[in-house]
Amino acid sequence: MIKLSKYVLYDILRSRIILAYTLFLFIVSLSMFQMEENSSKAMLSLLNIVLIVLPLISLVFTTIHYYNSYEFIELMLSQPLSRTRILLSEFVGVSISLLSAFFIGAGVPVLLFAANDTGFALLFAGGALTLVFTSIAFLAAVYARDKARGIGFALLLWFYFALIYDGLVLLILFSFSDYPLEKLTLVLSALNPIDLGRIFIMLRMDIGALMGYTGALYKDFFGSGSGILFTVGIMMLWVVLPLWLAVRKFKRKDL
Amino acid sequence: MIRIEHINKRFKKLQALEDINAEFHKGQVISLIGPNGSGKTTLIKLILGMVRPDTGKILVDDKLIDNDPVYRQKIGYMPQIGRYPDNMKIGQLFKMLMQIRNKEEVSLDKALIEQFELEKIFEKPMRTLSGGTRQKVSAAIAFLFDPPILILDEPTAGLDPLASEILKEKIITEKEKSKLILITSHILSDLDDLTSHIMYMQEGKMLFLKEIEALQEETGEVRLGKAIARIMKGEKLTSEWIDKMLQKKSDERII
Amino acid sequence: MRIILTIILTSFLLPSAGRTIIVGPNQSIRSLKKGIEQAKDKDSIILLAGVYKEGSITLTKSLTITGQNNPVLDGENKYEILLISGKHIIIRGITFLNSGYSAMNDFAAVKLVDCSNITIENNTVRNAYFAIHISNTAFAVIRNNRIIGSPLSEQMTGNGIHLWKSKNATIEKNSIQGHRDGIYFEFVTRSLIVDNQSEKNIRYGLHFMFSNDDSYYRNTFRNNGAGVAVMYSKKVTMAGNHFEQNWGPSSYGILLKDITDSDIRLNTFYKNSVGIHMEGSSRIVIQKNSFDENGWALKIQASCDDNVFHYNNFTGNTFDVGTNGTMVLNEFINNYWDKYEGYDINRDGIGDVPYHPVSMYSMIVQQNPYALILLRSFTVSLLDKAEKAIPSLTPEHLLDNKPMMKQITL
Repeated sequence: MIKLSKYVLYDILRSRIILAYTLFLFIVSLSMFQMEENSSKAMLSLLNIVLIVLPLISLVFTTIHYYNSYEFIELMLSQPLSRTRILLSEFVGVSISLLSAFFIGAGVPVLLFAANDTGFALLFAGGALTLVFTSIAFLAAVYARDKARGIGFALLLWFYFALIYDGLVLLILFSFSDYPLEKLTLVLSALNPIDLGRIFIMLRMDIGALMGYTGALYKDFFGSGSGILFTVGIMMLWVVLPLWLAVRKFKRKDL
Repeated sequence: MIRIEHINKRFKKLQALEDINAEFHKGQVISLIGPNGSGKTTLIKLILGMVRPDTGKILVDDKLIDNDPVYRQKIGYMPQIGRYPDNMKIGQLFKMLMQIRNKEEVSLDKALIEQFELEKIFEKPMRTLSGGTRQKVSAAIAFLFDPPILILDEPTAGLDPLASEILKEKIITEKEKSKLILITSHILSDLDDLTSHIMYMQEGKMLFLKEIEALQEETGEVRLGKAIARIMKGEKLTSEWIDKMLQKKSDERII
Repeated sequence: MRIILTIILTSFLLPSAGRTIIVGPNQSIRSLKKGIEQAKDKDSIILLAGVYKEGSITLTKSLTITGQNNPVLDGENKYEILLISGKHIIIRGITFLNSGYSAMNDFAAVKLVDCSNITIENNTVRNAYFAIHISNTAFAVIRNNRIIGSPLSEQMTGNGIHLWKSKNATIEKNSIQGHRDGIYFEFVTRSLIVDNQSEKNIRYGLHFMFSNDDSYYRNTFRNNGAGVAVMYSKKVTMAGNHFEQNWGPSSYGILLKDITDSDIRLNTFYKNSVGIHMEGSSRIVIQKNSFDENGWALKIQASCDDNVFHYNNFTGNTFDVGTNGTMVLNEFINNYWDKYEGYDINRDGIGDVPYHPVSMYSMIVQQNPYALILLRSFTVSLLDKAEKAIPSLTPEHLLDNKPMMKQITL
């Protein structure tokens, strides 16, 4: 698997898009730390990058990559390799390249200017979201019939997770405002990796205390050790589940 | 070596393959012919496991090919249009395939690499290559691991006459090693002196699979091309002949 | 002649200076109790270094007791250490340790009952239930004391400086931490609270009720459980104070409840869950304050009216203003809002379009606190932007008609 991933990785690096992405992250995060005199404000801006841009790039890049490496996949399929292995190698290759782009582009500035609890939380959430949306993109790409549909599907998913989902949460909160909703919001947040990442980071920022305003539950829960375990676990699930479904479909797919 | 039983495959509305039954043995050179869209490539992809059948079984060396990709070690495949990762260099491509197959340098059949003089362009990335050169690369890959089964999809299309001749010589050499060689082609004259059997397909159905001598006898044509052309033209005489063949098929199918 | 002169002089001086009695472990008088017993009004007692475990000491004479080299009065977690009831008394330079706890009485390290003109200064109080407890007293000066409690639960800990039914008190330059309320005022009038530091108290840094005509200046209230609460009072002046880092589910820089005719100026509100929370308050002028990085800079309940907010700086707050109604009975004018996106064509330093300090999301959260889980979500910021373009939910008339373009120098 590592052998194959190596070549996937090599192919991605040669395309330079990933280098542009790294550079983009690096310049944006660096300029944020330079512009804002206090690093927690810069972290807030970075939070938006991590929550909005990262999933979008991961989704679109992965989908395009999948269709662009169709030839490669075909070639591999004529070799004595199992489909599971081929898809997982692709996943590993793409993940490693996107992760390194994030950790170099955003990680280095964060470690330089904000090597604290919040900084590490941001890096963790960013890394996790990259993996999650790479995995989701594979699912979308494997299910969609052609490139245009695949990318469209990926954008739709991004739209859903970044925007529509929170709108729905708001709707639910208002429809059931007569009931105690603490537990429900907790569950709802777990159903969207972007929300989960956002809450995870924010509770380590100053403004996180604000969330304790409605009741200590959020802060107590997400701030505690079991909260971290919960977040990591759910994030893992978000990586593994779409990937598993993608592999399952890929195994039955005609190429 | 290859046994195909009651294969059916449907792509949406199109019945791509309908109840295909055949058996290929070592030492045979089978020409798989038929008009465009008759299901030749689909059949090859089925054998390679790239397309999954709706019903029916394919066995290679008496083993079902469903889940275990190891059987593909026995197959060298040259696709109709060789598509490779754009950024990969030719040398890397060969190196990667060797790593995947885990073969020793000594056991490799590098004849075609040498004859096509591919080593000179090992440093060129795949995207810069012409269609002809790609075909050469595809051919070299198919023969590289000295596999007992060779599947060649339109092997001489796009090759210059010299390269075409080299490839033909190579096929003959391999035939003498009593390998099973499956060739699809519609330029029939090319194949005259190689072919031992003809498998004719039309609209997803296998019309016949016969020894070449038998065929020549029945059509009264010595030249294979003419014999087939008479069938393809769809003359009344020919269709009667086909009916006759279809009646015979049940007992003559397995040669 | 000389003798006569001496007599005249001493008879003139003695009543005001009094005698000086020295109490110390190696002196003839070894206990403070005995020293007080032997002293007369206007005498001074010098308490030398040492640990004195004398249970409860009562003082009714007009004495000056000065500690030298940190003498310690230890209440052994059983006794109320010093009980004062009198006038013209000065206590300084003493460390009060381990005063007792009582569920029935408000045990204190130093307790003043029915006094006047008392000065308590330069003392240290550690591990007390109540540290300094004052009731029915006039002209008390509590200055420069260090009060450090060991916070248990809200019920097990008393207040740092506690005043009840007093007047003309001055609370100055004290530092208080680890008590229930740092400074507690109930029915205290015409008093001054200046330059104190009150931090890490379980409940309020300052708790203030039914106390009119009081002022507080330049105090710092930091990291208290619930910030500062000012309730049911009139004519309060608060200026130059710092309200910092009062973070928590129900924590405020200041909670103003039924406060009228007051003045809040030049204060700094930094990193509080809520900078100022107002309910039932009217005719307060809030000017030249700086609100920086608070959850809500202001939360104004609909029950407030005729309050004026001007020349304040609002920077880096998650929400500028939250409110629970659409009625607008307060005035906002000439404030600086860092979220203002208007323009200034005539270059007079005042924005040409009004600023709406209440965001859509702050209305949502006000109505449904659980929506806070969506804080900083992309959806929410889009909602806010949309609402700004076409206001529908936010109170239309709650606006600053003349927002400043630049931060105001205070």
